[in-house]
Amino acid sequence: MDRIEARERPRKIVIDPVTRVEGHGKVTIRLDEQGAVEYARLHIIEFRGFERFIQGRMFWEVPVIIQRLCGICPVSHHLAAAKAMDVVVGVDKLTPTAEKMRRLMHYGQVLQSNALHFFHLASPDLLFGFDAPPDKRNIVSLLTAHPVIGKWAILIRKFGQEVIKATGGRKIHPTSAVPGGINKNLSVAERDPLRGQVDQIIAWCGQALEHHKAYVESHSALHRSFAAFRSNFLSLVGPDGGMDLYDGRLRAIDADGRTIFEGVKPADYREYFVEEVRPWSYMKFPHIRSLGRDDGWYRVGPLAQLNCCSGIDTPLAEAERREFFARNGGAPVHPTLAYHWARLICVLHCAEKIKQLLFDDDLQGSELLVRGERRPEGIACIEAPRGTLFHHYDVDENGQVTRANLIVSTTSNNEAFNRAVTDVARNYLSGREITEGLLNHVEVAIRAYDPCLSCATHAVGQMPLIVTLEAADGSPIATRVKE
Amino acid sequence: MTAADRVLVLGYGNPGRQDDGLGPAAAEEMARLGWPRVSVQDNYQLVIEDAADIAEHDVVWFVDAARSGAEPYEIRRLRAGPDLAFTSHLLKPETLLAIVEQYYGRSPDAYLLAIRGYEFEFLEGLSERASGNLAAAVTAMRRRIGTSVEQKP
Repeated sequence: MDRIEARERPRKIVIDPVTRVEGHGKVTIRLDEQGAVEYARLHIIEFRGFERFIQGRMFWEVPVIIQRLCGICPVSHHLAAAKAMDVVVGVDKLTPTAEKMRRLMHYGQVLQSNALHFFHLASPDLLFGFDAPPDKRNIVSLLTAHPVIGKWAILIRKFGQEVIKATGGRKIHPTSAVPGGINKNLSVAERDPLRGQVDQIIAWCGQALEHHKAYVESHSALHRSFAAFRSNFLSLVGPDGGMDLYDGRLRAIDADGRTIFEGVKPADYREYFVEEVRPWSYMKFPHIRSLGRDDGWYRVGPLAQLNCCSGIDTPLAEAERREFFARNGGAPVHPTLAYHWARLICVLHCAEKIKQLLFDDDLQGSELLVRGERRPEGIACIEAPRGTLFHHYDVDENGQVTRANLIVSTTSNNEAFNRAVTDVARNYLSGREITEGLLNHVEVAIRAYDPCLSCATHAVGQMPLIVTLEAADGSPIATRVKE
Repeated sequence: MTAADRVLVLGYGNPGRQDDGLGPAAAEEMARLGWPRVSVQDNYQLVIEDAADIAEHDVVWFVDAARSGAEPYEIRRLRAGPDLAFTSHLLKPETLLAIVEQYYGRSPDAYLLAIRGYEFEFLEGLSERASGNLAAAVTAMRRRIGTSVEQKP
């Protein structure tokens, strides 16, 4: 239902979605004196307090409790924290069984999370059109009109969750990654049902990609131009520069693909990044130190993972990567909507990696843990489904965490949200009216980055969307509520 | 509800956000009973593959925290319905039921148990008032699910 309360002299538009895991986010569109869009901002107003949540905890319990931060990617936090705590317990190299178990869990997570995003959230926009009414542009309509895509949505997700359960002990809240290794291996009984499904999953991922490429082909102008802007990109890459979503060194490139830095250890991140605070948002604005605030912002996530890597070590995804760049001019790819295409290539890569690991006998090994000499600090990165995730902990001699600093991928994409929304506002704001079309396009632009706006909360009784028009002096003149 | 009915209790919410953990806490209480034919799951949020589990049951109870509304709890009958809201990672029970209906051709009886909460900050543990509401809500759910499934295996 929409409720529109009219006042007068619109100047500022505020969109305030409130959902369980994404918390409060609102979009403000500021008009200049002539009524044109000056800039737009996505405000993250719930993104606070979670680092304090960790202080005082024992280091060994952090990989489990840190998952409370996020309902979308608990596994990524679990593994990033475990990697940081490996450093704390003095372990620089895990046993093959431990590392491969964690990798398998991670690929299961990235597979299911990216699949959820693409099929459940993005597909209704893409297949029904950004202007389609809400009663059509949703997952239920998608199941009716495109049942095969609905099948992929449910079953690829389910497979990813089963991989997490087999490796993590539970499909949510895995507990198996511990400082210095893993507390279980993959039994044959757990492995074999997954082996039986994985080829079908790979096939469906490939079919989904073909389906999406056909969409891009038939909407090439929209794909190129919607909320499009150029940026730097950041991602972990492996030792050979290839895609590695679990571990590696940091690589940043500029908009033309030139290297800004590479081979950077996650432990050195403070030398390369500034986490800027701005008064109107609880979320920090990280940027690359050497480029400064105005030029140093960057994007992370599937598009960055593709743009930053030199190749992919699984054949089907590598062929798709080559085609992705060939069809986009060979240079780094920038359009916001290209995130979806890149996301599907990552999904295919994860499915292929899962298959490789399911046929690796190291997963049935019994050497699970390594111990070393305690250190006071642990820093680690992982490529979460939404991009590079930093975990940094200081631990005292009693084993208690005294300080935690997390840079989640949504934070890194902070400036990108604003650019995307600004572009949409300039193109779709008509006069002083908050139209359904404007709302829809703002939603689509934000959703391409799949933000996890707060790792937060929601409960029955909250409203998912509030839009407010404000005058030049900031006073609201109209509110639109979408319940 | 009959003795042969398969019942699913889905408690969801984030226990790291105080009373948002009411759903998982209720699920834990129900799991402790060990009733036959009653499956219990907890999660941060509803997810699309829950549809596969729901389709295998005759009755489903969604248990969530409520920021507003009746105290100590409210029980509402749910029907399948489209999601007309701002689409995000949040999935409503009505939408899940619609997916089950659409994809699996099943329409289990469905209820929402909305337990009133009060505090939703980054802390673990329920507030005192929410704990009281939880006890009342679980008692009511046990009664509604019925003695037909209460016999021990």
